[in-house]
Amino acid sequence: MKEKDMKRQEKAPAKVQSPKPSGEENRLFSAKNLKLLSRPFGADNPVTVQVLGICSALAVTVKLQPALVMAVSVIVVTGFSNLIISLLRNTIPPRIRIIVQLTVIATLVILVDQVLKAVAYDVSKQLSVFVGLIITNCIVMGRLEAFAMANKPWPAFLDGIGNGAGYGFILIVVAFLRELFGSGTLLGFKVIPESFYQAGYVNNGLFILPPMALIVLGVIIWVHRSFNPNLIEK
Amino acid sequence: MLRNFLDRIKPQFEKDGKLHFLHSTFEAFESFLYVPDKVTVSGSHVRDALDMKRTMITVVVALLPCFLFGIYNTGYMHFAALGQTCEFWPAFWFGCTKVLPMLIVSYVVGLGIEFVFAQIRGHEVNEGFLVSGFLIPLICPPDVPLWMIAVATAFAVIIGKEVFGGTGMNIWNPALLARAFLFFAYPSQMSGDAVWVADAVSGPTALAAMSSHTGNLPTASELFWGFIPGSVGETSKFCILLGAAILLWSGIGSFRIMFSAVAGGVVMAWIGRLTGSTDATVMQHLLSGGFLFGAVFMATDPVTSAQTNCGKWIFGFLVGLMAVLIRIYNPAYQEGMMLAILLMNTFAPLIDYLVVNRNVNRRRKRLQAVRSQVENA
Repeated sequence: MKEKDMKRQEKAPAKVQSPKPSGEENRLFSAKNLKLLSRPFGADNPVTVQVLGICSALAVTVKLQPALVMAVSVIVVTGFSNLIISLLRNTIPPRIRIIVQLTVIATLVILVDQVLKAVAYDVSKQLSVFVGLIITNCIVMGRLEAFAMANKPWPAFLDGIGNGAGYGFILIVVAFLRELFGSGTLLGFKVIPESFYQAGYVNNGLFILPPMALIVLGVIIWVHRSFNPNLIEK
Repeated sequence: MLRNFLDRIKPQFEKDGKLHFLHSTFEAFESFLYVPDKVTVSGSHVRDALDMKRTMITVVVALLPCFLFGIYNTGYMHFAALGQTCEFWPAFWFGCTKVLPMLIVSYVVGLGIEFVFAQIRGHEVNEGFLVSGFLIPLICPPDVPLWMIAVATAFAVIIGKEVFGGTGMNIWNPALLARAFLFFAYPSQMSGDAVWVADAVSGPTALAAMSSHTGNLPTASELFWGFIPGSVGETSKFCILLGAAILLWSGIGSFRIMFSAVAGGVVMAWIGRLTGSTDATVMQHLLSGGFLFGAVFMATDPVTSAQTNCGKWIFGFLVGLMAVLIRIYNPAYQEGMMLAILLMNTFAPLIDYLVVNRNVNRRRKRLQAVRSQVENA
């Protein structure tokens, strides 16, 4: 169910802007991962299909709240960096485009970081270095290279928002499971009733540890692919 | 009568039958009860009586001494901690009430998942879980809540085995994975200084005493015969050696892995003793915790250990070495056997790869030497 929701979310912007007929898009699914990456529209999730941004997905998903904030931050950064680079795309000399892209991303990330520090200091402390590390998040750079450099501002902006949201969605699902089973809370509120604990229920310590985030991600990818056999590599 | 019943319901499971989708379940039960009558028609095949079923049953038989003693010891520890002496049978009976539910839960959950996956994927039900399911209760302390065993078993079977394609394809030993899951998920229940001895009484295991330099270490004979608190199956080294003898005699367990694992443990314990990092003697290291149990029953798992003969020596030696290394130098983990075996399971394919490549290179060199000789002549 979750996977379907996610795909709807991901596909909606894709259909609006995709210049290609839908037959072309279907062939896209059967192509291998690398090909998907090089296509302007992955039309699918950056985390579970392109396997990008895994590092932060492990680090910030112990609790739901930081994951939510992280998701919003990444959406803002991908959306606006795509928009800005797309506006500049005809004036950027190809040889130094990476540096220009990085400058734009870094500026946006610093902005986000400062806003977080001003508005939500506690969460910003929890996220610590990982907000700064959005700069190195492959999703941002990947969308700029693959899409914004070759497309008009509006589609580029939507693409950025879509990919950021796809990333954020996975982040939130993983964080939801990890906080629920690892700490028995959601957003800091106790969800699992006290009677459960008295009956012998114990929070699962493994969910707090980073390996479990990897396993949960793996299971999500598994479920995703069994719903969508086109994604399975031959 | 059973045969007749099977024959009567068989047509329903055949192609176009009503219950065809359950056919692998049916076949699993049929071949579990009777030798299958299917014979290959064409071509020649190498036949061996030692199929997977026979292998698995032998391992289970080798585990029986540990299992029976584990049951008795659970009861014995219970009454001893309460300050009562007791007869053999009451202790055995009490142990049964503790250990048998663990076994049943592990089998029901694990086999249930295996059957479901076999139906969905349309492959045969494998016998691999007969051993894993037997091992899981043996490597857990007797007071682990049953639901935890169920969760851990499900995790081990799904993530450790089915994800990789079922029996024979798994990278890690499923039973150890179940224990590792319990160990990291519910650390307070698993080991250390508050392990179950009897209801409402808890005491340190031998290894916890060893690493904290407090309490009395059990004597070597107590460690050997196994009247100590600990996980169900690993306390009696005598029963483990009995099981080892069965495995070696039948040729199912690899003597290379067993011996080199013990050798690795001895070397590391000796180094630790020499540098003054551990109080325990080499003998105490070998006899305490799950070292021997792991070396005999877990490291020798034919699926997850190294496959080449030379690789087996390396694999076993490193398992023993790592186990004692973790024990001595990592204060967070009193027992290193589980982590050592899982780590070496991960590296087993690499060891095999190196061994095979070395052999290939050696042969290539030999070939070149011969060739140059021929050309010179």
